[in-house]
Amino acid sequence: MKKEKHISRNEQYNIYVESKIPKTKSFPTLIWAFLVGGLICMIGQGISDGLMALFPNMGQEEASAWVSVILIFIASLLTGLGWYDRIGVFAGAGSIVPITGFSNSITSPAVEFKKEGIIFGLCVKMFTVAGPVIVCGLVISFLTGLIYLIF
Amino acid sequence: MSNKVGEQTIIFKNKPKIIGNFSVVGEKEGHGPFKDYFHHILEDDLFGESSFEHAERKMLEYAISSSIEKAKLNINKIDLIVGGDLLNQIISTSFTARHFDRPFLGIYGACSTMAESLAVGATFVDGEYFKNVVCATGTHFSTAERQYRFPLELGNQRPPTSQWTVTGAGSSVLSLNSNGHSITYATLGKVTDYGINDVNNMGAAMAPSAMSTLISHFQDTKTTPDDYDLIVTGDLGKLGSEILMDLMEHNGYKLGKNYNDCGQMIFNNNQKTFQGGSGCGCSASVLNSYILKKMDEGVFKKVLFAATGALLSTLSTQQGDTIPGICHAVVIERDERVGRK
Amino acid sequence: MLEMFLTYLKVFLVGGLICMLGQILIIKTKITSSRILVLFVCIGAVLEAAGLYDPLVNFGKAGATVPITGFGRSLAKGAIQGVKEMGFIGAFTGGLTATAAGITCAVVSAFIFGLIFNSKTKKF
Repeated sequence: MKKEKHISRNEQYNIYVESKIPKTKSFPTLIWAFLVGGLICMIGQGISDGLMALFPNMGQEEASAWVSVILIFIASLLTGLGWYDRIGVFAGAGSIVPITGFSNSITSPAVEFKKEGIIFGLCVKMFTVAGPVIVCGLVISFLTGLIYLIF
Repeated sequence: MSNKVGEQTIIFKNKPKIIGNFSVVGEKEGHGPFKDYFHHILEDDLFGESSFEHAERKMLEYAISSSIEKAKLNINKIDLIVGGDLLNQIISTSFTARHFDRPFLGIYGACSTMAESLAVGATFVDGEYFKNVVCATGTHFSTAERQYRFPLELGNQRPPTSQWTVTGAGSSVLSLNSNGHSITYATLGKVTDYGINDVNNMGAAMAPSAMSTLISHFQDTKTTPDDYDLIVTGDLGKLGSEILMDLMEHNGYKLGKNYNDCGQMIFNNNQKTFQGGSGCGCSASVLNSYILKKMDEGVFKKVLFAATGALLSTLSTQQGDTIPGICHAVVIERDERVGRK
Repeated sequence: MLEMFLTYLKVFLVGGLICMLGQILIIKTKITSSRILVLFVCIGAVLEAAGLYDPLVNFGKAGATVPITGFGRSLAKGAIQGVKEMGFIGAFTGGLTATAAGITCAVVSAFIFGLIFNSKTKKF
């Protein structure tokens, strides 16, 4: 009986707090995410078209591999310089969702935890944010292959 | 005769005095409303050190030794150092204490540590166990951020309910000798948990503990909010202090214009901290600069300083636990002799 | 010229919309960036397996491949390709083979820049 009352006080408080939280204008952040995300993809397309024009022998697959490599490298450099997180402050998902965000999530802990040593800091902590992406990605990739094999 | 009044409050009959105080803050805090009150503002957040953790220790060391200097004492005259910080195993304070070669008590009360250390220090001084006690705490934005949240360079957005950990340290020297504003009461808080589990909404998690301690204090000392020139909570932030005002009103206490919050006061609205500052350095640096200065000037005569802390760790959060809070309060009364000289 | 403009417009729209979807999730669910990335990789892989992602790539080009959903798509596409060529072992080798360039580049550049740069305090 007493326990029930305890839960209801906390529930009441949570409902009350939820009502007090200032309603932020989410619309501008959506626009920023859209603009920055779209822009990064356009840069990717530009790199791809440029490479295929420069090297006529290059196939679509190879070009898109180059796009990933170049974007990842640039994002990693910007992270190291301390600029990527400033884009992230206003762009939100616009700079998290593109492949550049994946690169940022690997480089940022690497830079951050270097103070704890190269092996136990930089190398170990490198995947604190992006680790689950690779784990889940590989598991789902394997499952896809397996399902394809069976059916 | 007992020195305990009511349920949770102790009275300091010998009135331990704050005879020296010092505050150090980071660059961002130095652009805030209290820029003229802080004793020292860092030009770079590393303070010339190789890591942010070392910078945090150096800030504490600087605050402690400068406050002892302000008290016109020598380190050998200090009988005890009480303090804590936010890092695991309170390394900043204990590593700092090894430089001083004096007895040391490390305490942890999250962001309530400044009030907790003042209460502990005042008890030792009032009981005449020790003559001079130093109470100090400090935090650094970058060390707290990497321990509790994400790497600094990760491009994510801070939610609108979040607060900004203050880079800063504050230190007070307590003694029965000499002049200074005195600590007259301390109300020790209970751990309260109202089931908030959003780590980005600390204000809401800590507000009930502030309410619990404030109500106990008013009941124990038979005072009302109107008896104080300033009632200041530690770092509830804007949202947290609004919640506290609602909670107090619900219980029949109206916090009026004499109520404020260190987290809310330390930054300007345009500094993009959302709800304001947090961390033990927040209440420590505001108390040891603005509040004590205004008491010197006679603007505040009786201050209720109630620092609040959220007692969580990254582990408890990951296991889905809710956030318990705590709040300790001390009453500081003005020494009329100060400021007249 | 008009064709090129249209292509880039499509890239911009598709890429922007995928990112905006992520932003809606962040606002509505207070989700962290790690979870966004995981979720989007899985969505990409599932859509590819269901044969729905290729049409999106044909329409939006880099707008569909640059977001992290494209990474999930490559993982799934690679595994299917691997199974086609090598049978069961291909389910193990395919995913990483297809994404090897991206992952290696991310790790190598993180290592290099991690060595060069130090973290800086946020300003806002």
